[in-house]
Amino acid sequence: MAAKFPDFLVTKLDWVANLGRANSLWPMPFATACCGIELMATASSRYDIARFGAEAMRFSPRQCDLMIVAGRVVMKMVPVMQRIWQQMPEPKWCISMGACASSGGVFDTYAVVQGIDRFIPVDVYVPGCPPRPEQLLRAVIDLQEKVRRTGTIDAREFADRKTYEGPANLARQIAPEDTMMVPGDFTTATRLRD
Amino acid sequence: MPLAPAAQYPIDADETPDHEYLYTLNFGPQHPATHTTLRLILTLDGETIVKAVPDIGYLHSGFEKLGEDLDYNQYVTIVDRMNYISPICNEIAWHHSVEKLMGLELTPRCKYIRTIIAELARISDHLLCVGAAALDLGGITAFLYAFNMREKIYNIFERMAGQRFHPSYTRVGGLMFDVDDGWVSLIRTFIKDEFPKAHTDVARLLNRNKIFIDRTKGVGVLTKEEAINRSASGPVARASGVVRDVRKEEPYLAYKDLDFQVICGTGGDCASRYLVRMGEMNESAKIISQAVENIPSGPINIDVEDKLTVPDKSSTYRSIEGLIQHFELFMWNRRWKPPVNECYGATEAPNGELGFYLVSDGDGKAYRAKTRPPSFIHFSLFPHLIEGHAIGDVPAVLGSLNIIAAELDR
Amino acid sequence: MTAWQTKLTETFGDACKFETFRDNIRCDVRTERFLEVMKNLRAQGFDLLLDVTGIDYLHYPKAADRYGVVYSLVNTESGERAYIKVRLNDPDPAVPSVYSIWKGCDWMERETYDMFGIVFEGHPDLRRILMPEEFTSFPLRKDYPLRGRGERHNFPTVLRSDG
Repeated sequence: MAAKFPDFLVTKLDWVANLGRANSLWPMPFATACCGIELMATASSRYDIARFGAEAMRFSPRQCDLMIVAGRVVMKMVPVMQRIWQQMPEPKWCISMGACASSGGVFDTYAVVQGIDRFIPVDVYVPGCPPRPEQLLRAVIDLQEKVRRTGTIDAREFADRKTYEGPANLARQIAPEDTMMVPGDFTTATRLRD
Repeated sequence: MPLAPAAQYPIDADETPDHEYLYTLNFGPQHPATHTTLRLILTLDGETIVKAVPDIGYLHSGFEKLGEDLDYNQYVTIVDRMNYISPICNEIAWHHSVEKLMGLELTPRCKYIRTIIAELARISDHLLCVGAAALDLGGITAFLYAFNMREKIYNIFERMAGQRFHPSYTRVGGLMFDVDDGWVSLIRTFIKDEFPKAHTDVARLLNRNKIFIDRTKGVGVLTKEEAINRSASGPVARASGVVRDVRKEEPYLAYKDLDFQVICGTGGDCASRYLVRMGEMNESAKIISQAVENIPSGPINIDVEDKLTVPDKSSTYRSIEGLIQHFELFMWNRRWKPPVNECYGATEAPNGELGFYLVSDGDGKAYRAKTRPPSFIHFSLFPHLIEGHAIGDVPAVLGSLNIIAAELDR
Repeated sequence: MTAWQTKLTETFGDACKFETFRDNIRCDVRTERFLEVMKNLRAQGFDLLLDVTGIDYLHYPKAADRYGVVYSLVNTESGERAYIKVRLNDPDPAVPSVYSIWKGCDWMERETYDMFGIVFEGHPDLRRILMPEEFTSFPLRKDYPLRGRGERHNFPTVLRSDG
C-alpha cells in the first residue's frame, strides 16, 4: 500500500467535504441589534432557514462554522467579536448582515466601528437596514456556492489569504501618543479618519 | 498547562475565609439567554447568586449625539433603531415630543392612525417578549406561534410604509403618507381572526404550564414601594401594583376617546409580569378594534399654511408654494424654527414610559435630545431582583424585564 | 401656582425660580440648596424620579452657565410632574447625589457622569457605565466631535490566515 494517495482521490475528498460543509452550515448568531430580530424571523416558521441546512444555531463558538454578525459592532464589542471569531474552529466563514455591520450604516458616530471587515475577514455582505429574511437566505445560498467552489478538505485555501482583505485605508496614520486609549491592542492599527 | 491535582489545593473549611467559597461567573456579553449584548458578573455561592454586577455599553452607538446632528424628521430613522422590537412606538414618542415643543395639534385622522399603529407595535413587542421568555425557559413552541403573529403585523406595517421592520412612518405634524382601505381590512382580519387565536394558543401553552409557572412564580419579586423608588414604569411597575399609565394619566393621541383598561398585577414576580403583558395585548386589540372602525376622514398632515410639514411630491413638483416649502424645510440653514426652550414629552411605550427631553436653540435640529429609556431603568433593577435566587433564574428575570440592548445603551 | 410651587417658594424664597413651558413646570434651583429642595419635594409626594438629563450649554444662545442637570419627578398619587434644574460650571461640575432619596437615580447619574463628566457627590458607585473604562473624554459634551477622535479604529486586525 502506497503511503501517498493518488491525486484524483484528493479531489474527490474535497468534493465530499464541501458537500457536507455547504449543506450543514452551523451559524453562530452574533446578534447585537435590530438585524438579530430579522435573524430570528429567518429561523422561525415563515422563512425557515432549515430548508438550507443552516438551522442548527449554536451559541458556543466552538461548535460553529458560520458567524453571522447581525447588527452594529461598537468599540466595546470589537475585542469580544475578535475573540469569538478566533475561538471558532476552521473551516469557518463570516456573513456580515446589514448595513451597520458592513459599513457602519447610519451610525457614523464616535462609538460605532465603520464596518467589521476592518477587523475580521468577511465572506458575504448582506445590504439592507435590516435585510429582509429572503436576503439572508440568499446570502446563505451564495456562501454555499462559495464553499462548493473553493473549499478544500484541509482548509488550505484559508492559509493563503495572508493579506488584509478589508476596505482600503481611508485614514491617515497617526502617532499612537496622539490617539486615545480604548480596549484592545493600542500599539497597532492606529488610524484616524479625516 | 496541566491542572494541579485537587489534593494540592488547601481545602480546609476552618482556615478558608468565607469569601473563598464564592466564585465569579462571567455571563455574556454574547450569550444565548440574553438575546442582547449585555454582560453580568455574578458572584455565586454554589448555585445561589450573592451579587450581580451588570456591565453594559456593548451597544452604545451614540444615538443622542446623532440627535444633535440630524433634524427633527431625519432623527426618526435613528430612534426607530432604539427599541427595535416595536420601532413605531419610538417614532411616535419622538414626534410627540417634537410636536409638543413646537406646539402643534395633529389632525384627527393622524391621531387615530398613530394610535392604531402604536397599539399594533405594543402587541408585537409583547408577543416577542412573552415568546422569548418562554424560549429562555425551554418552551420553543410559544416562541414560534408568537413570531408567526409578528409576521402578520410586519405585513400590515409593510403595506402602510413600505418597510416591514423600521417603517420610519411619522413626520413632524403628520405621517409620511396616508393609508388605504386594504390596510384597514388587513387590520380587521388581524384583530378578528388571527390575533385572538394566537393569543389563546400562547396562553394555553403557558398559563397552566407547570414548568413555566414553577420557574416564574415568586422569582424576581419587586414590591410596590421598591418599584416606585427605583423608577420602574410600564408593565414592570404595573405588575407590582403601581397603577400608572401615561395613556390614561395624560391622554395623548386618540386615547381619550377610546375605552380600555389599565392592566395591573399584585405579585410583582415574573409570572405576574407575564400575565400583565398577556392582558395588555387583549386591551390593545380592543383599542385597535374601536379605533379602526372610527378613523376620521380628512388630511393626515396639519395645514400646509403652517409651513411645518413636508408637502407631498405632487405639490412639490407642480406648485410654486409646495416647491418653496419643500426647499425651506430641506435647506440646512432654514428648516424648522421652534421656540428657544426645553420640554419633555412622554408616551407609554410597550416597555414603559418612553419620553424625550428636548432642548431647542431655535435651529432646525435639537440642541439636546435626551431619551428616557425604560429598558435602561429596568435593567438597573436587575441586581436587586436576582440576588438570592439561583443561576437558572437569570434568564427568567431577564426575559420578564424585556431588556432591549439598543435602548439600554443607545 | 400649584401647591408644590407655593410651598417651595415659602420655604426657599428666591432660591427657586419657576418657568412654565407647555405643560412643563420647571424650577431652577441654586446648587447649594438643591438637596434640601429635593428632600422637600419628596416629602410633598413626588415619589418617582423619572429621569436625570445632563445638558451642555456651551453653544446655547445667551447661556450663562456651562452645564445643566434636569431631574424629572412625578407624583404617582396625583400624576403631577415637576422638573428641577441645577446649573453647574467648569472646572469641577459637581452636584449632590439624590441616591439617599430615590434609589432609581443610580444608573441615571452614572450615565450623566459618563457622558458629561458631572460628578455626583455621595453616589455609592460613580464610574463609567456606557463607555469603556479606559475612555478619557466625555462624548456628549459639545466640544467633542460627533465622529470621535479616532478611537473607533484603534484595534488590531485579524487576518484570514490567523485562524
